[in-house]
Order: sequence, then C-alpha cells, then structure tokens
Amino acid sequence: MKIGDLAELAVRNLREALLRNSLTTIGVAVGVASLVAMLSLGVGLQQFTNKRLANSGLFNAIFVAPRTNFAGFIRGNHAPAAHPLPLTEAARLEMAKLPGVVQVYPEIRFITEVRFNHIPYTTVVSSVPSSDRNDVAFQKMQGRFFTGLDADEAILRMGFAHQLSKDTASLIGRDLVLHYAAREPLTAQTEANDAGTSSAANSSSGSSSGGFSIVPKTTKLRIVGIVEHQPGEGFGGFRDSQVYIPLHVAQTLQATQVSDLQQMLQGHSRQRTYASLTVRVKTSAQVPGVEKEIKKMGFRTFSLFDASRNLRLLFALLDLLLGIFGSLALAVATLGIVNTLVMAILERRREIGVLKALGAADADVKQIFFAEAGVMGVLGGVVGVGLGWFIGRMINLGTNYYLHQHKLPSVNISAVPWWLALGAIAFAVGVSLAAGIYPAARAAKLNPVEALRYE
Amino acid sequence: MTTPQDGHAIRAEHVSRHFEMGETVIRAVDDITLEVVRGEFLALLGASGSGKSTLLNLLAGLDRPTSGAVFVESRNLAEMSPLELARYRSRTVGMVFQAFNLLPRMTLEENVELPLRLAEIDRAERHARVREALECVGLAGRLAHRPSELSGGEQQRAALARALVNRPSILLADEPTGNLDSKTGLEVMNLLDEFKRGLGMTIVMVTHEAPLADRYADRIAVVADGKLVKDGVRQ
Ligand SMILES: Nc1ncnc2c1ncn2[C@@H]1O[C@H](COP(=O)(O)OP(=O)(O)O)[C@@H](O)[C@H]1O
Ligand SMILES: [Mg+2]
Repeated sequence: MKIGDLAELAVRNLREALLRNSLTTIGVAVGVASLVAMLSLGVGLQQFTNKRLANSGLFNAIFVAPRTNFAGFIRGNHAPAAHPLPLTEAARLEMAKLPGVVQVYPEIRFITEVRFNHIPYTTVVSSVPSSDRNDVAFQKMQGRFFTGLDADEAILRMGFAHQLSKDTASLIGRDLVLHYAAREPLTAQTEANDAGTSSAANSSSGSSSGGFSIVPKTTKLRIVGIVEHQPGEGFGGFRDSQVYIPLHVAQTLQATQVSDLQQMLQGHSRQRTYASLTVRVKTSAQVPGVEKEIKKMGFRTFSLFDASRNLRLLFALLDLLLGIFGSLALAVATLGIVNTLVMAILERRREIGVLKALGAADADVKQIFFAEAGVMGVLGGVVGVGLGWFIGRMINLGTNYYLHQHKLPSVNISAVPWWLALGAIAFAVGVSLAAGIYPAARAAKLNPVEALRYE
Repeated sequence: MTTPQDGHAIRAEHVSRHFEMGETVIRAVDDITLEVVRGEFLALLGASGSGKSTLLNLLAGLDRPTSGAVFVESRNLAEMSPLELARYRSRTVGMVFQAFNLLPRMTLEENVELPLRLAEIDRAERHARVREALECVGLAGRLAHRPSELSGGEQQRAALARALVNRPSILLADEPTGNLDSKTGLEVMNLLDEFKRGLGMTIVMVTHEAPLADRYADRIAVVADGKLVKDGVRQ
C-alpha cells in the first residue's frame, strides 16, 4: 500500500478506539516528556557551565613561566648549567606567532599610591589584556570596558570605589592620579620615550640598583567602570587588585614590580624579562598543541585543559544517567503500545481476514499495524517534546524563584535545542515502531480462513 | 498433470484439504476434480459441514490444498508465492460472504475503496470507480453511511460492490443469501445474474438452498462429506 493510504488508514483506525489509543499516546508523550525534561536539564546545565568556563578564560589559557622559577633564590642549589631560560620579549613574540594563539601577555601588577581628590590611597594595580573583555566580571560592570588598549583609563573594584565615594556611580568619568615607581636604565636613555604616556615625569635621586634606577612618577587615569568581582575568577585570588588598567598602559608605565627584585638577584636585569606570561588560544582544543610547542621552547607550562576534559566526561555521564532515567518512562509507554496493538488484533481478527480476502498481502497487514504504532509515536513524540519543554521551563522557573529568594543571580538550567526536540520525536517513533514489530508480525501471520469463519 | 484447457476459468484436480485434529483427520475436501467454464455460473450445493466453504477458500487462494492442484486461468495456485496469491485475490477474484464482512468502522465508500487502496490504484481514479460500483448495486446515494445503518440486503449489495470494484473476472460467493430473507435474497441473486450476463463474470456460489441454485445457476455441483457426489448442467 502507498504511504499516504497507510497513514490515512492508521489515523482512521486509531480514531475508532479513541479513548484507548489516546491513553496509549499520552503514555508515549509522558515518556518522551520525561526524557526531554531530563536531557534538557543536562544540556542546560552543561551550556550554563560551559559559558561560565569559557568566560572565565580558564580553559583556553596556558600559563608560561621559566623552567626553574625560584631555584635562583637558593644559592646553594644553583645548578652549574647556567640560568633558566628567561621569558624575554623575543620569547613572547615567538609564542604569539604559534598557530591558534590569540594573545601572549604578561601579568603586570604593582603596589602603588593613587590620589583621588588629593587624598592618597595605597592599592594594587593590575593590567588587563584585551581578551579579558568577555570575562563575566566585565560583562556585568557599571560603566564600560576600556575604549582602547592604550587608553589612559581605569576600572575600579567595588570595594575600592566605596572607599573613594559613597556614591560609586558618580566616580565614573572622574580622574585618578597614579603615583608609582618607574624603572629607568642607568646607562641608556632610550626608554624615556616609552614613558611618554605618563602625564608628568619627575626624575630625581632614583635609588640605583644595579641595572636601573627607580624614579617616582605620576600619571592621570580616567575612571570608566566599576566591577563587582575580580576578573579571572578562579585563579585563586591571583589578581586581588583594586585598580585595573589596560595592558599596554601598564607596560609603558615601566612600573617596578615585585618580580623585578627577583631579576636583580638573578643578575640579568639588563634585559627586560617577564616572571610569567599568559598565552590565550582560540579554542580549548588547541591548548595541548600550543602547550607542547612552548615546552619545546624550554619553558614551564600549566593549563586546565585536562581538568576540562574530565568535566566534559562528567557531563557525558550525567546526560547518560538522565537519559536512562528519562527513558524508563518511555519503556513503560512502549509496553502500552504493545498491549494496545495486541488487543486491537484480537478485536480486529475478522477485519484482518477480510483485508486478506480482498487482496492484502502479509506485508500490507504488517504495515497497517506498523503505521498505527508509528502515528502514535509521532503524536506522542510531538506532544511529549512540548510537554518536556514545559516541564523544563517550570523547573527553571522554580530554580530561579529559589535563587531570587536567596538574592542570587538567575540562571538558565534547562534548554531544548532543536536536535534534542527532533531526536526525541525520532526516538519516540523508533521505539513505537519497535513496539509494533511483534503485534504487526502476529497480525500478518493470522490465518484468514480461520479469521473469516462464520461464528 | 494435464494442462487445463483454455476455456476453463477454474480447474481443480484431485484437490483435498484435510485437517488434523489430534488423532483424527477431518477430510473437509476429499479428492475433488472440478472445472468451471469462463462465464459460467456454478452453484456448489451441499449440507452444512459438507466442505463447500473449504473448497471455495482453496479456489480463492486463501488456503492451500493438502494435495491436488488448483488452476485459475491456466495458472497453478500452488506455484504462487504468498505475495502472488495476494495479488491474485486482489486482481482476479472477488469474494462475498454470508456475514457480509463489511468493516463496521468505515463508511460504504471507504469499504468499497479498500480493494482499490490495496491494489494501489491512483486516488484520482478511485472515487469514480467506487461510485460506479455502488451505482451497479443501487447504493450510490449511501456513500457516507456506515454498514450498521444499512439493512442486510443493502449490506450484501455493498459487499458485492466491494467485490466488483477491482473488476475481477471471477466472483466467489459463500452463501451470499444465507443471512437474508427470501425477497432480499432474490435481489442479490438478480444482481449476480446481472454480473454474469452484463460483465461476463465467472461465478461460483456456495449455497444450501437448492431452489435458488436451480433457478439461477448454469450448473450445479453437489458436495457431501468433502466429495463431489453430483455434477451436472441443470435441466
Ligand atoms: N480450520 C479447520 N480446522 C478443523 N476443521 C475444519 C476447519 N475448517 C473446516 N473444518 C471442518 O471441515 C468440515 C467442512 O467445513 P466447511 O467447509 O466450513 O463446510 P460448509 O461450508 O459446507 O458448511 C467441517 O466438518 C468443519 O468442521
Ligand atoms: Mg460454509
């Protein structure tokens, strides 16, 4: 028989025993709904976590340091095999050229005095690379992110902003004066140009320390934003700074950092080196390759890529578990289909006999029952996806109500992507057809002579 | 095995159908040899339980003989695959039963359309053919009615329309008047007679009513205990 005729006959037959077939179909719908609701939770949680992780920048970053970072401190341990390879500007540029690398930047951090309304405050200033723009901290900020990489602008932490003014919003647009200690090489005067961005340069009796002198300087920065949390959350308070400035500005300031002291002790202060660098790659999948290249260059690396792999595995397992639980209801619904169709065969014995007498082949009879199972599967699947989506929304609503009550930000923990919707319907149809195999085979095998015997 | 002559629509050769019921064997049809000429109206007469329906089902290809062979239009039913037999029932023969066997959940139109669906006739053609068949039996005005809304005679006429709609050359009728009063029974018999004369159909009708057989059939074959006891053109 033709597909159109089969579908038409199936709907026709199902409409006859409307109550029974509706109940069976609702059973399928509930099964699909439970599967969809479960998986939508799994998918939603995964999407939510992935977004948070991607924004944290933890999984597409590699941290690079010289191979033996602190060995130099302990004179006795100092190996004869020269100093560890320093992280020079040349090395930084080389890393930046590796395929997949977006940016290689140092962490510049210094303690300094800032003045606001002529009142001095001692605080920690940190550099922020442009790739941190997407960090959650900057997405939920007051004001805005830096206009450019070398804009003389600052973003404050809320705690610090409170110290400056009760009305934190009024701070945006005001100026902050940074007092800091700049390093200037004793021999060459070349780096004086780099300090050009500093509004006022004042060099007097800088204390000499081997390769360079330290000179007090000031620079004016406009406050453009205030953040609640520190960017790069999860680094374990690595950057517990109060004032953030663009990376380029921080670099041109040439402010003295803690790591400089180290370099002086190690004795190669002539060349500007970094204590550590952060390498940003496009996608977390590129992390292992880039990491290997950097290791080959002779540096120590660290990334959270392996940790993220475990996390993905965990989510796959979670989805599997949720899927199994969701499928249980569908399995029960499948038994409902088998039961309904077997009953239909008992009731429709004579009809099957008539069909065969009128020229129906075994395959036709089989297809008629299959089509009925399939139609129940399609209807149950479509209704079930809708129902499952609704349940997911409800769970989401409930969760967010709870979070709201506890003054926590709202989240989206349930999602029904198109592949889940289509997949669930296809699964429902597949399972229904499988449930139809036995009844359909039984109907096809029915002996027409016996079915037609006049009772 | 002899090849059937061309003039024969149906030829049964030493056909037997035995049913094993535990220890005993029921010989429902026992070594029957029978020929039906094209365009002939044959009545199979016999008492209840004599094996008439079993023989008819063998001719219809709904059942296979224990031994012997059935040829229909020179084709051996025994050599046909189940699918070929289904096609044979769809295209070559039409069947009506004592119990009418219309599907109660469908309208008359849908019932009559069923053989066309099974034969995969185009949707566009079906409607006209259903109308034509129902007009033949005088039920064109009742397309949308369900079988339960019809009298017994009307139901049997609808069943005749369903048997006709695929334009088979042979009509097999199992006690078509068995559930009808004599007046409506005659109406149905008149229709069969019309089919034979108008459409040139070969008709095999099972009945236990000798007067009807006498009046309408070209030939009467009498069956008793699975055997053919008398086969002759009526006087
Ligand atoms: N499927 C079957 N199994 C066992 N016995 C059967 C079967 N079909 C028919 N019979 C027996 O065969 C005999 C002939 O039956 P049937 O052909 O229906 O007779 P009729 O149609 O002449 O009344 C009866 O005795 C019946 O009980
Ligand atoms: Mg009978």
